This record gives sequence, structure tokens and C-alpha cells, in this order.
Amino acid sequence: MIKFLIKRIWQLVIVLFAVSLLVFIMTSLVGDPLSLLVKENASASQIAEATEYLGLDQPAYHQYFLFVKNALNGDFGVSYRYQQSAIHLIIERMPATLELVVIAMALSIVFGIVFGVYAGAYPNSFLSKTIMNLSIAGISVPSFWLGMLMIYIFGIKFGLLPVSGRGEVGTILGIKTSLATIDGIKHVILPALTLSMGSVASIIRLTRAGIQENMVQDYVKLARAKGVKNRKILFGHVLKNTLIPIITIFGLQLGSLIAYTTITETIFAWPGMGKLIIDSINSSDTPIISAYILLVAVIFVVINFVVDLLYCVIDPRIELK
Amino acid sequence: MEKLLEVKNLKTYFHTFKGVVKAVDGVDFYVNKGEILGIVGESGGGKSITGFSLIKLIESPGKIETGEILFEGNDLVKYSEREMSKIRGKDIVMIFQDPMTSLNPVYTIKQQIEESLILHTNLNKKERHERCVELLKDVGIPNPENRLTNYPHQFSGGMRQRVVIAIALAVNPKLIIADEPTTALDVTIQAQILKLMTELVKKQGCSMILITHDLAVVSEIADRINVMYCGKIVESSKVSTIMNHCKHPYTRGLLNSIPDIKDNKDRLETIDGIVPNMFKLPKGCNFYPRCNKRMEECENKEPEYREYKEGHYISCHYPIEGER
Repeated sequence: MIKFLIKRIWQLVIVLFAVSLLVFIMTSLVGDPLSLLVKENASASQIAEATEYLGLDQPAYHQYFLFVKNALNGDFGVSYRYQQSAIHLIIERMPATLELVVIAMALSIVFGIVFGVYAGAYPNSFLSKTIMNLSIAGISVPSFWLGMLMIYIFGIKFGLLPVSGRGEVGTILGIKTSLATIDGIKHVILPALTLSMGSVASIIRLTRAGIQENMVQDYVKLARAKGVKNRKILFGHVLKNTLIPIITIFGLQLGSLIAYTTITETIFAWPGMGKLIIDSINSSDTPIISAYILLVAVIFVVINFVVDLLYCVIDPRIELK
Repeated sequence: MEKLLEVKNLKTYFHTFKGVVKAVDGVDFYVNKGEILGIVGESGGGKSITGFSLIKLIESPGKIETGEILFEGNDLVKYSEREMSKIRGKDIVMIFQDPMTSLNPVYTIKQQIEESLILHTNLNKKERHERCVELLKDVGIPNPENRLTNYPHQFSGGMRQRVVIAIALAVNPKLIIADEPTTALDVTIQAQILKLMTELVKKQGCSMILITHDLAVVSEIADRINVMYCGKIVESSKVSTIMNHCKHPYTRGLLNSIPDIKDNKDRLETIDGIVPNMFKLPKGCNFYPRCNKRMEECENKEPEYREYKEGHYISCHYPIEGER
């Protein structure tokens, strides 16, 4: 276990090193931050001053080491646009994004597994076929279009749900969340649904395939011969075996959900870090971009670590190595 | 002898896209209390489907068409799924061919044995644990106390089959249906497992149906033998009668293909040809195309399943005369 942890942490270091290098190279290429920072009519001496202040006159490797050194201290520089610490801006907005992602993930797990198990157990029923057709739609429809469709139907046509912003935020157990107020919950429904649609669909399809594959296994026959009831076979014996591939996908989906929040948050004007990064990319706000990318890399590595741990809980044949 | 199970005119058909497969086509047989009945025949002869039909575990497109399965006088064919789940695992249990796949890989051995005990007995947690230990000890698994928390992948093939047997015996069943229980095992382990099963069956006083393609195996431990071919029983009698006075050419063919250590032959005898296409069975006797004793009558007229001598049933127009 400790060996496994050390190995994982070492992997994290390597991944972060690679990502930091990429981030550094890309942000240096993205554009000249000086053009954003100095006034249009700045004199040559003012530009030289700014260059020196930002360390842009130093050789590239020196700049990189400075970047890493500061990053390790949690300092990604000051946002050009907001004139605040970049990492502080991101962390401030992280709860909104995480809230959206967690709700979307919960929806994917609940609906994905329930519908998937049903479609796998009764493949010939009308409902199963409907579920499977909808799941194809769910995978194929791009989320920006789905988001706009939702806004049109639920927001404009019927006026049932708010379509913009996060609504009223309350506090549960010291965490600020929209789920604390009814207004907040109303605001979160549409973005969360839009965000979760793709992963609900993939989890449905994966669960169904797994259930169908496992239903014909000998251990199911033996369980039947033991007199175990169908429902218990399905949700006990079969589902537990099906969960192994689902967890892999779960990890990948969680990552892509965080990535997709950029689109969903932009559409629904959700004040999370996805919207922040889009705005920052538009204005070449490199400190925020690099801080965001490194943070997402850390999140990905952590998720994969958790997924590996979950594997061992579910499948006794897998050992931590 | 009291009959525990009596099957009358059982038909299990599979309705596939290509047509109807008559996997079990009108079989009649019985199992006495405390008796071991062997069912032998080639692959695709309907042996396993007969076994699965008895506990009504036939999956779509398969269906039990007609017939009676009288278990202690009650017709199981009429039982609902709910009533069957009370019989399965309690009165009638099944042991499968491949121990590598018949245990659930994500449950411990204890969980899998306990499942039967929870379903069919009123034992409390402590009693169940003791019963699990006792069962593993009975099937010859060393160090049972520690092995209970293991998962199937930590056991070898032979050990897993012992666990499957332990699961089968957990609630003292009246009938065990063993579907090729030793086929997937090493030859050295096969004999051990068979011996173990016979001992336990005799000890608990239950009956067993042993399904196998290996006539040599079945002749060692069974009391009576049914020989099946293309969904029908072609011959049925006591072991000694089948081994020494068999009357059906197919049974004779099977017997001749068993290697004999005393007889120094270069080649074993075989039955010519292959099992016919189940979608296009011959019009008359199913064995007609492969039979070396065939007559004109066999081609067009299906032989009746009849009692040839007391306790010796056969379906053949021209039974073989004389001793083997």
C-alpha cells in the first residue's frame, strides 16, 4: 500500500513536470503579454521597464525555473485582467464548478446505472429500446446545442426554470452551495442536466453491455440453481461484476465533465472556473490559464488514483502494486 | 424402491430463427431414492438440457413444451417461478461443468456458501459460519476456517469444484444434478472428485443424476444408466446390463470406443459419421445414418421406446442379439 502510494505520488510529480513544461511553452507562444499590459502609446523605456519587471528579458530556462519555483509556492502570478492572484481567482470559483460536476456525476451514476441495468436485463422491452435510442442521441448531441435547446424549452417557452447564473447561494456544513436554497436548486437543474447528458448516455450503454455479458455467465446459472431471486442476481451478483468497467469510465467521465464545464458554464453564465478560463483564454490572461491547466492535471491524477483504489474494493483479483 | 423423481414425456424445444431444435424430445425416466443415475451420450445429445429442464432453468428461446416432472409426486412443470426458487438450491441442486466460471469472482467463498443457507435455512450467523466450515471440511479443503474468506481466484480448479460441491450439499438436498462435474478437471483430480461426490451422496442419502459423455466414468459409480442420442433416450438399464448386455447399436458403439488396457489394439473403434443436424433429423430412427445394423424399416419408421426386459428399456427395431 505504502509502496503504491509512493509510486503514485512519483507519477504525479512526473505528470506535473510534463504539464508545467507544456503550459510554459504554450503560454509563451500564445502572445506577447506586454501588448496587453502596457498602454498603447507607451514609450520604449516604459516597455523595457515592464519587460524587466516581468522577467521577460531573462533566458527561457530561467523564466521556466522561476515559473516552477513560484508555482510550487502557489504563486501563478497576478491576473492581467483582474489584478488579483490567479490561483486565488480560480479557487474562489472552484466550488461553483465542483457543485455542477458533482451533481452531474450523481445524475449520471443514478440514471446511467438504473436505466443500463434495466436495458440489459430486459433487452427486448419497448422501454429498453427507447432508452437505447435516447442514449445514442445523448452521446451524439453536442452539449452547446443541447444547452441552448434546454434554455429555449424550459426557460423561454414554458418559463419553468431560470437559465442564467447560480441563483441564491446558502451554506451547508460550512460549504457555500446553491443546493442550500430552492432558488439555487432551480438554477442548477438545467446546467447539470446539460452537462450530465453525455456521460449518462455512455454509462447506460456500458452498463447494459456489461449486464448482458454477465447474465449468460455460469455463475449466474449457479446462483439461479441456488434459488436466488432474479432481482438479487441482477443487482447483486451481476451488477457487482459489471461495475469494474463502469468505474474506469466513471473516472474518465469525471475528467471530461470538468473539461466540459467550460461550455456549459458559458452557455448558462454559471460563475465557475470553466467560464473564467474561457474568458481568460479570450484575453490571453496567461497566469490564470497556466494555473487552471496545472490544477486540472492534479485533479485528473487524483481521480485516477481514487479509481485505482475503488478497483481493489470491487474486484478482489486486482491488487495494489 | 421409492421413486424420488419421475419424468414423463418431457419435451424441451428451442425456437430459433433457423427452426425448431428438439433438444429433449419426449424422454421418460425415473430416479429412485438414494440412487445414482448416469446420463451419457455425445455432445449435443440433450443431456445437459434434460438436467436444466428438471429445475426449469431453460432460457429463451428454449421452452418446456409438454411433459411431467414429478418430484415427490408434485409436477414441477406446473410450478411458478416463485415456487421453483424454493425448490432450487434446497431440494434439487445442480453442479456445473466448469468450476473456473461457475463461482462469482467478486464474492468470497463464505458469501457464496452462505447465500444458500440464508435462503433455505433458519440458521443464525454463528451456526451458518460453523456449517460453512463443516462443509469445506467435508469436501476435503484443508484449513477451512481461513479459506472461507478467500475469493475463487485463490483456489485451483479442483478446489473450486469442491467448493461448488460444498454449495450444492449445503442444505442437504434430495437430488443433485451434476452436469459433467469432472470434465474440466485434470484426470488425476477427476477420480478424487467423483469418489468424493459418491461418498457424500451415499452419506447424506440423497439421489444424484450424473450427466457425462464418459461412459467409463459413469459405469464406475452409477446404479443405472440412460443413454441419450439426439434428444431421446435410446437405452436405459442397470449399469451391469448396459455394460454386458447392451442391445442398442449406439450404446455398443460407445462401449467399443472405450480403450481397454487388456486388449492391445492399434486403433480404437469409433462410431462412423457425426451427430446429425438438429434442424434436419432423420425421418425414422435418429441413429439410422450412422448405424451398422440398419435395415430398411429404420429409415422410415421411428422406433418405439419400450421395455425390452424388466427394467431394461430400449428404442430400436433390431436390438443386438447375444452378449458383448
